[in-house]
Amino acid sequence: MELSALSGGFDNAAHQSATAFRAIMNVTARPGVIETVSGAMPPKGLSIAAGSLLLTLCDPETKLYLAGGVDSQPIRDWLTFHTGAPLVPAAQADFALGAWEELLPLTQYAIGTDQYPDRSATLIVEMPELSQSGATLTGPGIKDSAQLSLPSLEPFQLNAALFPLGCDFFFTAGDKIAALPRTTKPESVTCM
Amino acid sequence: MSDYNFAYLDEQTKRMIRRAILKGLAIPGYQVPFASREMPMPYGWGTGGVQVTAACLTPDDTLKVIDQGADDTTNAVSIRRFFEKTAAVAVTQSTKRASVIQTRHRIPEEPLSEDQILVYQVPIPEPLRFLEPRETETRKMHALEEYGLMHVKLFEDISQHGQIATAYAYPVMVEGRYVMDPSPIPRFDNPKMEMAAIQLFGAGREQRIYAIPPYTQVVSLDFEDYPFEASKAEGACALCGADHTYLDEVIVDDDGGRMFVCSDTDYCESRRQAGHLGVEGTPYRKDAA
Repeated sequence: MELSALSGGFDNAAHQSATAFRAIMNVTARPGVIETVSGAMPPKGLSIAAGSLLLTLCDPETKLYLAGGVDSQPIRDWLTFHTGAPLVPAAQADFALGAWEELLPLTQYAIGTDQYPDRSATLIVEMPELSQSGATLTGPGIKDSAQLSLPSLEPFQLNAALFPLGCDFFFTAGDKIAALPRTTKPESVTCM
Repeated sequence: MSDYNFAYLDEQTKRMIRRAILKGLAIPGYQVPFASREMPMPYGWGTGGVQVTAACLTPDDTLKVIDQGADDTTNAVSIRRFFEKTAAVAVTQSTKRASVIQTRHRIPEEPLSEDQILVYQVPIPEPLRFLEPRETETRKMHALEEYGLMHVKLFEDISQHGQIATAYAYPVMVEGRYVMDPSPIPRFDNPKMEMAAIQLFGAGREQRIYAIPPYTQVVSLDFEDYPFEASKAEGACALCGADHTYLDEVIVDDDGGRMFVCSDTDYCESRRQAGHLGVEGTPYRKDAA
Protein backbone atom coordinates (compact mmCIF):
# COMPACT_ATOMS: atom_id res chain seq x y z
CA MET A 1 0.00 0.00 0.00
CA GLU A 2 1.36 3.40 -0.99
CA LEU A 3 1.61 6.07 1.70
CA SER A 4 -0.50 8.37 -0.48
CA ALA A 5 -3.52 6.19 0.31
CA LEU A 6 -3.41 7.49 3.88
CA SER A 7 -3.94 11.14 2.98
CA GLY A 8 -6.80 12.94 1.25
CA GLY A 9 -9.57 12.09 3.72
CA PHE A 10 -11.73 14.58 5.59
CA ASP A 11 -9.64 16.50 8.10
CA ASN A 12 -12.75 17.38 10.12
CA ALA A 13 -15.02 14.41 9.43
CA ALA A 14 -17.98 15.57 11.50
CA HIS A 15 -18.30 19.01 9.90
CA GLN A 16 -17.20 18.12 6.37
CA SER A 17 -19.43 15.08 6.09
CA ALA A 18 -22.37 17.08 7.45
CA THR A 19 -21.86 19.79 4.82
CA ALA A 20 -21.32 17.19 2.09
CA PHE A 21 -24.45 15.29 3.13
CA ARG A 22 -26.55 18.45 2.92
CA ALA A 23 -25.50 18.85 -0.73
CA ILE A 24 -26.09 15.13 -1.40
CA MET A 25 -29.55 15.25 0.21
CA ASN A 26 -30.47 18.41 -1.72
CA VAL A 27 -29.60 16.91 -5.10
CA THR A 28 -31.47 13.68 -4.23
CA ALA A 29 -34.55 15.61 -3.16
CA ARG A 30 -34.35 17.94 -6.20
CA PRO A 31 -33.32 15.96 -9.29
CA GLY A 32 -31.69 18.20 -11.87
CA VAL A 33 -30.07 20.48 -9.29
CA ILE A 34 -26.26 20.51 -9.42
CA GLU A 35 -24.37 21.21 -6.20
CA THR A 36 -20.76 21.40 -5.11
CA VAL A 37 -19.48 18.71 -2.78
CA SER A 38 -15.88 18.68 -1.59
CA GLY A 39 -13.56 17.92 1.30
CA ALA A 40 -11.88 14.74 0.05
CA MET A 41 -8.74 14.64 -2.09
CA PRO A 42 -9.00 11.19 -3.69
CA PRO A 43 -6.26 9.61 -5.85
CA LYS A 44 -6.09 10.17 -9.60
CA GLY A 45 -8.99 8.62 -11.48
CA LEU A 46 -11.60 9.52 -8.87
CA SER A 47 -13.36 12.90 -8.78
CA ILE A 48 -13.48 15.07 -5.66
CA ALA A 49 -17.28 14.79 -5.63
CA ALA A 50 -17.30 10.99 -5.88
CA GLY A 51 -14.57 10.74 -3.24
CA SER A 52 -16.44 13.04 -0.84
CA LEU A 53 -19.71 11.18 -1.45
CA LEU A 54 -18.08 7.82 -0.68
CA LEU A 55 -16.45 9.16 2.51
CA THR A 56 -19.82 10.57 3.61
CA LEU A 57 -21.94 7.46 2.98
CA CYS A 58 -19.70 4.39 2.99
CA ASP A 59 -18.28 2.41 5.90
CA PRO A 60 -17.69 -1.27 6.76
CA GLU A 61 -21.47 -1.84 6.54
CA THR A 62 -21.79 -0.91 2.85
CA LYS A 63 -20.65 -3.18 0.07
CA LEU A 64 -18.95 -1.36 -2.77
CA TYR A 65 -18.40 -2.37 -6.40
CA LEU A 66 -15.68 -0.69 -8.46
CA ALA A 67 -16.35 -0.92 -12.20
CA GLY A 68 -13.61 -0.93 -14.82
CA GLY A 69 -11.18 1.98 -14.72
CA VAL A 70 -11.76 2.97 -11.09
CA ASP A 71 -10.85 -0.56 -9.97
CA SER A 72 -7.19 0.42 -9.62
CA GLN A 73 -4.86 -0.36 -6.74
CA PRO A 74 -4.48 3.30 -5.55
CA ILE A 75 -8.27 3.80 -5.48
CA ARG A 76 -8.87 0.44 -3.79
CA ASP A 77 -6.27 1.28 -1.13
CA TRP A 78 -7.62 4.78 -0.58
CA LEU A 79 -11.23 3.65 -0.20
CA THR A 80 -10.28 0.72 2.02
CA PHE A 81 -8.23 2.90 4.35
CA HIS A 82 -10.77 5.74 4.59
CA THR A 83 -14.08 3.88 4.54
CA GLY A 84 -13.38 0.20 5.25
CA ALA A 85 -16.10 -0.69 2.75
CA PRO A 86 -15.77 -4.30 1.52
CA LEU A 87 -15.25 -4.54 -2.25
CA VAL A 88 -17.70 -6.97 -3.88
CA PRO A 89 -19.02 -8.03 -7.31
CA ALA A 90 -21.78 -5.90 -8.87
CA ALA A 91 -24.70 -8.15 -7.87
CA GLN A 92 -23.98 -7.77 -4.14
CA ALA A 93 -23.23 -4.06 -4.14
CA ASP A 94 -24.96 -1.35 -2.09
CA PHE A 95 -22.92 1.25 -3.95
CA ALA A 96 -21.34 0.94 -7.38
CA LEU A 97 -18.80 3.38 -8.76
CA GLY A 98 -17.50 3.89 -12.29
CA ALA A 99 -17.91 5.48 -15.68
CA TRP A 100 -21.33 4.97 -17.31
CA GLU A 101 -20.22 2.47 -19.98
CA GLU A 102 -18.33 0.42 -17.43
CA LEU A 103 -21.23 0.25 -14.96
CA LEU A 104 -23.56 -1.31 -17.57
CA PRO A 105 -25.65 -3.43 -17.74
CA LEU A 106 -27.99 -2.09 -15.04
CA THR A 107 -29.71 -5.47 -14.76
CA GLN A 108 -26.79 -6.79 -12.72
CA TYR A 109 -27.56 -4.57 -9.70
CA ALA A 110 -29.95 -5.15 -6.80
CA ILE A 111 -33.28 -3.34 -7.28
CA GLY A 112 -34.81 -4.24 -3.91
CA THR A 113 -37.76 -6.49 -3.21
CA ASP A 114 -41.50 -5.78 -3.11
CA GLN A 115 -41.40 -5.73 0.68
CA TYR A 116 -38.02 -4.00 0.99
CA PRO A 117 -37.56 -1.69 -2.02
CA ASP A 118 -34.77 0.04 -0.08
CA ARG A 119 -32.49 -2.99 -0.49
CA SER A 120 -31.27 -1.70 -3.82
CA ALA A 121 -28.00 -0.44 -5.24
CA THR A 122 -26.99 3.20 -5.58
CA LEU A 123 -24.82 3.90 -8.63
CA ILE A 124 -22.23 6.68 -8.65
CA VAL A 125 -21.57 7.58 -12.27
CA GLU A 126 -18.35 9.47 -12.99
CA MET A 127 -19.00 11.95 -15.81
CA PRO A 128 -16.72 14.21 -17.87
CA GLU A 129 -19.02 17.13 -17.06
CA LEU A 130 -22.49 17.95 -15.73
CA SER A 131 -24.90 20.55 -17.04
CA GLN A 132 -28.56 21.43 -16.76
CA SER A 133 -29.29 20.53 -20.34
CA GLY A 134 -30.30 17.42 -22.25
CA ALA A 135 -32.99 15.12 -20.89
CA THR A 136 -36.13 16.66 -19.41
CA LEU A 137 -36.94 15.40 -15.92
CA THR A 138 -40.29 15.27 -14.14
CA GLY A 139 -41.33 13.66 -10.87
CA PRO A 140 -41.13 14.22 -7.10
CA GLY A 141 -38.79 17.03 -6.11
CA ILE A 142 -39.26 18.86 -9.40
CA LYS A 143 -41.69 21.78 -9.52
CA ASP A 144 -42.49 21.77 -13.24
CA SER A 145 -39.61 20.17 -15.08
CA ALA A 146 -35.82 20.15 -14.87
CA GLN A 147 -32.99 19.30 -17.24
CA LEU A 148 -29.88 17.25 -16.70
CA SER A 149 -27.14 15.94 -18.98
CA LEU A 150 -27.76 12.20 -18.58
CA PRO A 151 -25.31 9.79 -20.21
CA SER A 152 -28.20 7.82 -21.71
CA LEU A 153 -32.00 7.80 -21.67
CA GLU A 154 -33.60 4.41 -22.11
CA PRO A 155 -31.91 2.62 -19.16
CA PHE A 156 -33.16 5.37 -16.83
CA GLN A 157 -36.68 5.16 -18.25
CA LEU A 158 -36.70 1.40 -17.74
CA ASN A 159 -35.40 1.89 -14.20
CA ALA A 160 -38.12 4.46 -13.42
CA ALA A 161 -40.75 2.02 -14.69
CA LEU A 162 -39.69 -0.42 -11.95
CA PHE A 163 -40.82 1.99 -9.20
CA PRO A 164 -41.00 1.43 -6.23
CA LEU A 165 -38.10 -0.89 -7.08
CA GLY A 166 -35.03 0.23 -8.98
CA CYS A 167 -31.59 1.78 -8.59
CA ASP A 168 -30.78 5.36 -7.63
CA PHE A 169 -28.06 7.37 -9.35
CA PHE A 170 -25.55 10.05 -8.49
CA PHE A 171 -23.58 11.80 -11.23
CA THR A 172 -20.23 13.29 -10.34
CA ALA A 173 -17.81 15.49 -12.30
CA GLY A 174 -14.98 17.38 -10.59
CA ASP A 175 -16.52 18.75 -7.42
CA LYS A 176 -20.07 18.81 -8.87
CA ILE A 177 -22.82 16.35 -8.05
CA ALA A 178 -26.35 15.69 -9.30
CA ALA A 179 -28.78 12.84 -8.69
CA LEU A 180 -31.51 10.84 -10.36
CA PRO A 181 -33.61 8.83 -7.91
CA ARG A 182 -35.85 6.06 -9.26
CA THR A 183 -38.93 8.31 -9.07
CA THR A 184 -37.69 10.69 -11.76
CA LYS A 185 -39.07 10.20 -15.26
CA PRO A 186 -36.56 11.33 -17.91
CA GLU A 187 -37.62 12.14 -21.47
CA SER A 188 -35.79 13.40 -24.51
CA VAL A 189 -36.28 17.06 -25.29
CA THR A 190 -39.00 17.38 -27.91
CA CYS A 191 -38.03 19.46 -30.92
CA MET A 192 -40.19 22.49 -31.47
CA MET B 1 -12.08 14.60 26.04
CA SER B 2 -15.26 16.05 27.42
CA ASP B 3 -16.76 17.37 24.18
CA TYR B 4 -19.56 15.68 22.30
CA ASN B 5 -19.08 14.76 18.66
CA PHE B 6 -20.79 17.33 16.42
CA ALA B 7 -24.57 16.88 16.87
CA TYR B 8 -24.13 14.17 19.54
CA LEU B 9 -24.23 11.04 17.35
CA ASP B 10 -21.06 9.24 16.27
CA GLU B 11 -20.12 9.36 12.58
CA GLN B 12 -20.94 5.70 11.91
CA THR B 13 -24.49 6.22 13.21
CA LYS B 14 -24.92 9.39 11.18
CA ARG B 15 -23.83 7.61 7.99
CA MET B 16 -26.41 4.87 8.64
CA ILE B 17 -29.17 7.45 9.21
CA ARG B 18 -28.06 9.48 6.19
CA ARG B 19 -28.29 6.42 3.94
CA ALA B 20 -31.82 5.77 5.27
CA ILE B 21 -32.82 9.40 4.58
CA LEU B 22 -31.61 9.12 0.96
CA LYS B 23 -33.56 5.88 0.44
CA GLY B 24 -36.59 7.57 1.97
CA LEU B 25 -36.33 10.47 -0.48
CA ALA B 26 -35.90 8.05 -3.39
CA ILE B 27 -39.02 6.07 -2.38
CA PRO B 28 -41.40 8.77 -1.06
CA GLY B 29 -43.75 7.49 1.66
CA TYR B 30 -41.97 4.13 2.14
CA GLN B 31 -40.83 3.50 5.72
CA VAL B 32 -37.11 2.73 5.67
CA PRO B 33 -35.96 0.60 8.64
CA PHE B 34 -32.98 2.04 10.51
CA ALA B 35 -30.98 1.07 13.60
CA SER B 36 -32.38 3.67 15.98
CA ARG B 37 -30.05 4.56 18.84
CA GLU B 38 -30.85 5.25 22.46
CA MET B 39 -30.94 8.97 22.94
CA PRO B 40 -30.62 10.90 26.18
CA MET B 41 -34.41 11.38 26.33
CA PRO B 42 -37.34 8.97 26.63
CA TYR B 43 -39.18 7.46 23.69
CA GLY B 44 -42.13 9.66 22.83
CA TRP B 45 -40.11 12.82 23.31
CA GLY B 46 -38.82 12.93 19.77
CA THR B 47 -35.93 10.46 19.66
CA GLY B 48 -36.60 9.75 15.98
CA GLY B 49 -36.83 13.41 15.03
CA VAL B 50 -33.70 14.20 17.04
CA GLN B 51 -31.69 11.50 15.27
CA VAL B 52 -32.82 12.71 11.83
CA THR B 53 -32.04 16.32 12.78
CA ALA B 54 -28.62 15.29 14.12
CA ALA B 55 -27.81 13.49 10.87
CA CYS B 56 -28.72 16.37 8.57
CA LEU B 57 -27.65 19.38 10.65
CA THR B 58 -24.63 21.39 9.44
CA PRO B 59 -22.66 23.90 11.54
CA ASP B 60 -24.16 26.79 9.51
CA ASP B 61 -27.78 25.88 10.21
CA THR B 62 -30.29 27.81 12.25
CA LEU B 63 -32.57 25.46 14.14
CA LYS B 64 -36.16 25.95 15.24
CA VAL B 65 -38.04 23.38 17.32
CA ILE B 66 -41.79 23.42 17.83
CA ASP B 67 -44.10 21.29 19.90
CA GLN B 68 -47.76 21.48 18.79
CA GLY B 69 -46.86 24.77 17.10
CA ALA B 70 -45.28 26.33 20.21
CA ASP B 71 -41.62 27.28 20.58
CA ASP B 72 -41.75 27.57 24.35
CA THR B 73 -42.98 24.20 25.65
CA THR B 74 -40.74 21.77 27.56
CA ASN B 75 -40.14 19.41 24.65
CA ALA B 76 -39.25 22.20 22.22
CA VAL B 77 -37.01 24.02 24.69
CA SER B 78 -35.07 20.90 25.70
CA ILE B 79 -34.45 19.72 22.12
CA ARG B 80 -33.35 23.22 21.11
CA ARG B 81 -30.93 23.35 24.08
CA PHE B 82 -29.71 19.85 23.26
CA PHE B 83 -28.53 20.95 19.82
CA GLU B 84 -27.21 24.29 21.08
CA LYS B 85 -25.02 22.29 23.44
CA THR B 86 -24.00 19.37 21.20
CA ALA B 87 -23.84 21.03 17.76
CA ALA B 88 -23.31 24.69 18.68
CA VAL B 89 -25.81 25.72 16.00
CA ALA B 90 -27.74 28.98 16.02
CA VAL B 91 -31.34 28.67 17.19
CA THR B 92 -34.37 30.79 16.50
CA GLN B 93 -38.10 30.92 17.14
CA SER B 94 -38.78 32.56 13.80
CA THR B 95 -40.06 30.25 11.08
CA LYS B 96 -38.62 32.49 8.34
CA ARG B 97 -35.09 32.55 9.77
CA ALA B 98 -34.83 28.80 10.43
CA SER B 99 -33.07 26.48 7.97
CA VAL B 100 -34.00 23.28 9.83
CA ILE B 101 -37.28 23.00 11.74
CA GLN B 102 -37.97 20.01 13.96
CA THR B 103 -41.66 19.69 14.68
CA ARG B 104 -43.94 17.70 16.91
CA HIS B 105 -47.41 17.47 15.38
CA ARG B 106 -47.75 20.77 13.47
CA ILE B 107 -46.68 22.37 10.19
CA PRO B 108 -45.89 26.08 10.65
CA GLU B 109 -48.53 28.48 9.27
CA GLU B 110 -45.89 30.44 7.35
CA PRO B 111 -45.29 28.63 4.01
CA LEU B 112 -41.83 27.03 3.96
CA SER B 113 -39.25 27.81 1.28
CA GLU B 114 -36.92 25.67 -0.82
CA ASP B 115 -34.03 26.35 1.57
CA GLN B 116 -35.77 24.77 4.54
CA ILE B 117 -36.00 21.26 5.96
CA LEU B 118 -38.92 20.11 8.11
CA VAL B 119 -38.22 17.17 10.44
CA TYR B 120 -41.26 15.47 11.99
CA GLN B 121 -41.30 13.46 15.21
CA VAL B 122 -43.36 10.35 14.59
CA PRO B 123 -44.81 8.06 17.29
CA ILE B 124 -46.38 5.29 15.12
CA PRO B 125 -45.15 5.44 11.50
CA GLU B 126 -47.34 2.60 10.23
CA PRO B 127 -50.74 3.96 9.12
CA LEU B 128 -52.18 0.44 9.04
CA ARG B 129 -50.93 -0.55 12.52
CA PHE B 130 -54.23 -0.09 14.38
CA LEU B 131 -56.04 -2.03 11.65
CA GLU B 132 -53.48 -4.85 11.41
CA PRO B 133 -51.05 -5.29 14.31
CA ARG B 134 -48.65 -7.70 12.57
CA GLU B 135 -45.65 -6.07 10.89
CA THR B 136 -45.30 -9.04 8.51
CA GLU B 137 -48.84 -8.41 7.26
CA THR B 138 -48.68 -4.61 6.97
CA ARG B 139 -45.42 -4.97 5.05
CA LYS B 140 -47.17 -7.29 2.59
CA MET B 141 -50.09 -4.88 2.31
CA HIS B 142 -47.72 -2.05 1.35
CA ALA B 143 -45.92 -4.33 -1.13
CA LEU B 144 -49.21 -5.29 -2.80
CA GLU B 145 -50.68 -1.78 -2.55
CA GLU B 146 -53.53 -3.39 -0.61
CA TYR B 147 -55.10 -0.39 1.10
CA GLY B 148 -58.77 -1.45 1.10
CA LEU B 149 -58.72 -1.80 4.89
CA MET B 150 -57.91 1.90 5.30
CA HIS B 151 -60.86 2.88 3.13
CA VAL B 152 -63.11 0.57 5.17
CA LYS B 153 -61.93 2.37 8.31
CA LEU B 154 -62.79 5.77 6.82
CA PHE B 155 -66.13 4.37 5.61
CA GLU B 156 -66.92 3.14 9.15
CA ASP B 157 -66.21 6.66 10.39
CA ILE B 158 -68.88 7.94 8.02
CA SER B 159 -71.42 5.24 8.91
CA GLN B 160 -70.97 5.89 12.65
CA HIS B 161 -70.49 9.65 12.75
CA GLY B 162 -71.92 10.87 9.45
CA GLN B 163 -68.48 12.22 8.45
CA ILE B 164 -64.84 11.18 8.43
CA ALA B 165 -64.08 11.68 12.12
CA THR B 166 -60.30 11.22 11.88
CA ALA B 167 -59.05 14.65 12.97
CA TYR B 168 -55.30 14.05 13.19
CA ALA B 169 -52.79 11.58 11.68
CA TYR B 170 -55.14 11.59 8.69
CA PRO B 171 -53.74 9.06 6.18
CA VAL B 172 -52.30 10.31 2.88
CA MET B 173 -51.33 8.66 -0.40
CA VAL B 174 -47.86 9.77 -1.53
CA GLU B 175 -47.14 10.02 -5.26
CA GLY B 176 -49.96 7.56 -5.98
CA ARG B 177 -48.14 4.63 -4.38
CA TYR B 178 -47.64 4.45 -0.59
CA VAL B 179 -50.23 5.22 2.06
CA MET B 180 -48.37 7.17 4.72
CA ASP B 181 -48.99 8.41 8.24
CA PRO B 182 -48.31 12.16 8.24
CA SER B 183 -47.56 11.90 12.02
CA PRO B 184 -50.26 13.23 14.37
CA ILE B 185 -50.57 16.63 12.69
CA PRO B 186 -54.14 17.98 12.57
CA ARG B 187 -55.78 17.25 9.23
CA PHE B 188 -55.92 21.05 8.83
CA ASP B 189 -52.20 20.77 7.97
CA ASN B 190 -52.51 17.94 5.42
CA PRO B 191 -52.89 20.18 2.32
CA LYS B 192 -49.65 22.00 3.28
CA MET B 193 -47.63 18.82 2.74
CA GLU B 194 -47.24 19.57 -0.96
CA MET B 195 -44.57 22.14 -0.18
CA ALA B 196 -41.24 23.54 -1.41
CA ALA B 197 -39.24 22.25 1.56
CA ILE B 198 -37.83 18.76 2.16
CA GLN B 199 -39.90 16.80 4.71
CA LEU B 200 -38.22 14.08 6.79
CA PHE B 201 -39.96 11.81 9.30
CA GLY B 202 -38.21 10.00 12.15
CA ALA B 203 -39.75 7.35 14.43
CA GLY B 204 -37.18 6.37 17.08
CA ARG B 205 -38.92 3.61 19.02
CA GLU B 206 -40.37 2.10 15.85
CA GLN B 207 -37.03 2.47 14.02
CA ARG B 208 -38.36 3.94 10.80
CA ILE B 209 -37.41 6.92 8.64
CA TYR B 210 -39.46 8.20 5.72
CA ALA B 211 -39.48 11.31 3.58
CA ILE B 212 -41.29 13.47 1.06
CA PRO B 213 -39.23 15.43 -1.49
CA PRO B 214 -40.42 18.94 -2.41
CA TYR B 215 -43.41 19.26 -4.77
CA THR B 216 -44.42 15.63 -4.29
CA GLN B 217 -48.06 14.70 -4.70
CA VAL B 218 -49.63 14.10 -1.27
CA VAL B 219 -53.36 13.25 -1.37
CA SER B 220 -55.51 12.84 1.74
CA LEU B 221 -57.65 9.71 1.34
CA ASP B 222 -61.36 10.35 0.89
CA PHE B 223 -64.48 9.41 -1.09
CA GLU B 224 -66.12 11.17 -4.04
CA ASP B 225 -69.26 11.84 -2.00
CA TYR B 226 -67.35 12.58 1.22
CA PRO B 227 -64.40 14.68 0.06
CA PHE B 228 -61.52 15.49 2.40
CA GLU B 229 -61.96 18.68 4.42
CA ALA B 230 -59.18 20.49 6.27
CA SER B 231 -61.09 21.32 9.45
CA LYS B 232 -60.32 23.63 12.36
CA ALA B 233 -62.17 25.04 15.36
CA GLU B 234 -64.73 27.70 14.43
CA GLY B 235 -63.69 31.16 15.50
CA ALA B 236 -60.71 33.47 15.52
CA CYS B 237 -57.57 33.73 17.63
CA ALA B 238 -58.33 35.74 20.79
CA LEU B 239 -54.87 37.29 20.75
CA CYS B 240 -54.20 38.16 17.09
CA GLY B 241 -57.65 37.82 15.52
CA ALA B 242 -56.57 35.34 12.81
CA ASP B 243 -59.44 33.22 11.50
CA HIS B 244 -57.36 31.24 8.99
CA THR B 245 -54.95 29.50 11.40
CA TYR B 246 -55.18 26.29 13.40
CA LEU B 247 -56.52 27.12 16.88
CA ASP B 248 -55.86 25.63 20.31
CA GLU B 249 -58.67 25.73 22.85
CA VAL B 250 -57.49 27.04 26.22
CA ILE B 251 -59.59 26.61 29.38
CA VAL B 252 -59.25 29.85 31.32
CA ASP B 253 -61.28 29.29 34.52
CA ASP B 254 -63.28 26.69 36.47
CA ASP B 255 -66.63 27.88 35.07
CA GLY B 256 -66.22 26.55 31.53
CA GLY B 257 -64.67 29.77 30.25
CA ARG B 258 -62.44 29.23 27.24
CA MET B 259 -60.58 31.02 24.52
CA PHE B 260 -59.08 30.03 21.18
CA VAL B 261 -55.51 30.99 20.34
CA CYS B 262 -53.20 30.27 17.40
CA SER B 263 -51.32 27.03 17.95
CA ASP B 264 -48.36 28.50 15.99
CA THR B 265 -46.89 30.90 18.58
CA ASP B 266 -44.37 32.50 16.22
CA TYR B 267 -47.06 33.23 13.62
CA CYS B 268 -49.38 34.68 16.27
CA GLU B 269 -46.62 36.92 17.66
CA SER B 270 -45.58 38.20 14.25
CA ARG B 271 -49.23 39.05 13.50
CA ARG B 272 -49.51 40.98 16.76
CA GLN B 273 -46.25 42.76 15.94
CA ALA B 274 -47.81 43.77 12.64
CA GLY B 275 -50.68 45.37 14.55
CA HIS B 276 -53.38 42.67 14.35
CA LEU B 277 -55.38 42.41 17.56
CA GLY B 278 -57.90 39.82 18.74
CA VAL B 279 -60.81 40.38 21.14
CA GLU B 280 -58.73 39.54 24.22
CA GLY B 281 -55.33 40.66 22.95
CA THR B 282 -53.31 43.62 24.11
CA PRO B 283 -51.13 45.69 21.74
CA TYR B 284 -47.70 44.11 21.17
CA ARG B 285 -44.87 45.29 23.42
CA LYS B 286 -41.35 44.06 22.80
CA ASP B 287 -40.48 43.69 26.51
CA ALA B 288 -43.80 42.15 27.55
CA ALA B 289 -43.36 38.96 29.54
